[in-house]
Amino acid sequence: MTAALDVSRRSFLVGSAAAAGGLALGFNIPFTREALAQSAPEINAWVMVRPDETVVVRIGRVEMGQGTLTGLAQLVAEELECDWAKVTTEYPTPGQNVARSRVWGNFQTAGSRGVRDSHDYMRKGGAAARQMLIQAAANEWGVPAGECTVAKGVITHSPSGRTTSYGKVAEAASKLEAPKDVQLKDPKDWTIAGKPVKRLDTAEKLNGSQIYSIDVKRPGMLNAAIKACPVFGGKLKSFDAAQAQGMPGVKKVVAVGDNAVAVVADTWWRAKTALDALPIEWDEGPNAALSSEGIDRMLKEGLTAEQAFVGNQAGDVKAAIAGAAKKVEAEYGFPYQHHATMEPMNATALWTNEKCEVWTATQNAEAALATAVAASGLPIEKCDVYRQNLGGGFGRRATSHDYVRQAVLIAKEMPGTPVKLIWSREEDMLHGHYHPITQAKMVGALDADGNLTGLHMRISGQSILAGVNPQGLQNGRDPATFQGLNPSGTEGVLGYTIPNLLIDHAMRNPPIPPGFWRGVNNNQNALYLECFMDELAQAAGKDPLEFRRKLLVNHPKHLAVLNAVAEKAGWGTPAPQGVYRGLAQHMGYGSYVAACAEVSVGDNGVLKIHRIVAATDCGHAVNPQQIAAQIEGSFAYGLTALLYGEITLKDGKVEQENFDSYQMMRMDEMPAVESIVMPSGDFWGGVGEPTIFVAAPAVLNAIFAATGKRIRSGPLTKADLRKA
Amino acid sequence: MVSLTINGTVHQVDAEPDTPLLWVIREQIGLTGTKYGCGVAQCGACTVHVDGVATRSCSLPISAVTSEQKIVTIEGLSPDASHPLQKAWLELDVPQCGYCQTGQIMAAAALLQANPSPSDGDIVAEMTNICRCGTYNRIKAAIKLAASENRG
Repeated sequence: MTAALDVSRRSFLVGSAAAAGGLALGFNIPFTREALAQSAPEINAWVMVRPDETVVVRIGRVEMGQGTLTGLAQLVAEELECDWAKVTTEYPTPGQNVARSRVWGNFQTAGSRGVRDSHDYMRKGGAAARQMLIQAAANEWGVPAGECTVAKGVITHSPSGRTTSYGKVAEAASKLEAPKDVQLKDPKDWTIAGKPVKRLDTAEKLNGSQIYSIDVKRPGMLNAAIKACPVFGGKLKSFDAAQAQGMPGVKKVVAVGDNAVAVVADTWWRAKTALDALPIEWDEGPNAALSSEGIDRMLKEGLTAEQAFVGNQAGDVKAAIAGAAKKVEAEYGFPYQHHATMEPMNATALWTNEKCEVWTATQNAEAALATAVAASGLPIEKCDVYRQNLGGGFGRRATSHDYVRQAVLIAKEMPGTPVKLIWSREEDMLHGHYHPITQAKMVGALDADGNLTGLHMRISGQSILAGVNPQGLQNGRDPATFQGLNPSGTEGVLGYTIPNLLIDHAMRNPPIPPGFWRGVNNNQNALYLECFMDELAQAAGKDPLEFRRKLLVNHPKHLAVLNAVAEKAGWGTPAPQGVYRGLAQHMGYGSYVAACAEVSVGDNGVLKIHRIVAATDCGHAVNPQQIAAQIEGSFAYGLTALLYGEITLKDGKVEQENFDSYQMMRMDEMPAVESIVMPSGDFWGGVGEPTIFVAAPAVLNAIFAATGKRIRSGPLTKADLRKA
Repeated sequence: MVSLTINGTVHQVDAEPDTPLLWVIREQIGLTGTKYGCGVAQCGACTVHVDGVATRSCSLPISAVTSEQKIVTIEGLSPDASHPLQKAWLELDVPQCGYCQTGQIMAAAALLQANPSPSDGDIVAEMTNICRCGTYNRIKAAIKLAASENRG
């Protein structure tokens, strides 16, 4: 979810295969290509137009709730000048992408980059298709294309008044050469993009007709349930297949790789029932004694360790702290979090020695394909992955396709029979790729006038890249650790100008698989910094808003979103009786976000989050209504982590196994959310994650205002919020 | 064989008596709009109506359901997505990933059946299904919209 990770190792392998072989070798994937290509004339890779005027927009990225599908279709339709009511979408497969030299670009849908990283080539695709369709009409009429105009898919030759439509000229247009240069519209002229149009994918979500990965049905399909060694790094020692084999519906009991066993049956429930009855012995391996306490000690040591990777520095922080009129210190922490997608991991695979096909929910179908290729033992041109709708992604389905690997390995045991592997919720929770654990030691220096003269932010804890993509490390340093704290760039810049600054990272990697969890390292970085900013303001005897404003003077976009929430929330004016406010701002994934939370805390210590005002400047707002939905949802995700989220380890195993021990925020705790979407126009920022960064710190700062208590680590279930 | 009445049709089902209703609906009947989320009646993605009562089908063994009891799944809520809640959900663009939404709608439908004009407090007390995308505020607004249309 960072620039450095743009091409994951696995998708890089696919990309390399495409570059090295691909079209040059002329391989094709006959069992997948036709379905797409034959359904309508293809104007170009992005646009097909059917005779009935339906416009099919191809989507490389994937929809998982964040609205990208609709947003990208809006951008193509805008340049195409088609009738929005006639637009539908289609996913090409990664096999097709490989076979066509990655014409649809990167499939990875993570890092809030669905729109911001593909808008340019997709808009150009729409514009090129428009020119070709107009040219086809002009050719038919024998007139210059320049005399023709188009609106809502109807082409008009102005001098003669003749008209035709995209559907009528699509076949001819599909045979024309693509134009070399295309002009994109000025966003101020947009009529479809930039508008709060309804999502394209809602109707089927309301009557049960939408097919998610878990709903896939194939002829003759069997179902599999699986258990992997619950201790990370452990192996499968033995199992007594005879105990399960005679149970109803059971077809086969199979070892999966070196650390898991699966039961295949006619139904999943029977597979799971038999698996639960199966005696399994594990070799728990080297991590059998791992505990949260041990991990905590490991990270604590890093808070004061000599060696650390530097993320951002200025001046001489040691001297500033030594010479401070007032020194402020605090330690923070952020526990492991599980993605907990509503749809547990699953995949359906069909293997023969001629081909391997996978139907699954993935945030990166190219990586899923690479996983399937590796597991299948077949060459890439004999494999493909059909993208299914995702019941949530949040990063879990982006980098690790462990569930795809397992499904293919099981299917290999049953050649010719499609097998659907579904993880139980317990399996899903025990085998996550968790939001990494970190701690931070914050030291600030204030001068006699309460000005911040120095800040040392020492992060200690787990690197995601070290776990999922070690090639992305820079001489051992994980640049993604410093999300939102960078000195420069367009991704996530520290907004505060502090004369003496050191932000560094003591990497401590417990043997727990880390992953990109919606918001990623911005989550804890914003929490540490924004809560400590409040502590500094308090120590300086200053208003938290004024204190921040002065330090943000060189970063007007950071300042603008902060000012917007302060103004709308009424910062500086009395809140309702018993209600207190807290602020936070942060920049990540190219966007600027801020929040002002209003909370009350009862005498019994019960927290109520009443209202949150949130602002986002994402440069261009392709669909303001969907951005507002992402802002609202981000609070549920970020505040669930703050209120409840903590994955703990005991005896090498995750202690939380289901939603009864890993609680989620529900409707009764959801605050009112007032969104301010304020695109300032000259850049493209993401929207799927950024608001999460400010959710927890804004609420924690409001809790301090209400109670005088600084809570420096979640979850709040562990905190006593009764007034100090 | 077990006999179950689902969306007005009687089905003969070959399943062990302790099989949760959810898996019979999904695997034997083939109606996949009802979702598996947790298996322990925590998340509500599997919500169906049993004699009009919102029920978490993942934790209800089929042995506890008689053939006379009327089971309704999302596919049977309305023939053409015309239930006031489905229309309100569409109007307010409620779903994100959508996985929990069929369960949310079934829970809301039972709520409105019992209480046609629920207050905010009534809604949050009854609507305890989990949504990881965080569509809670839009769900609440859609329930109120549907309730107001009903009163229309």
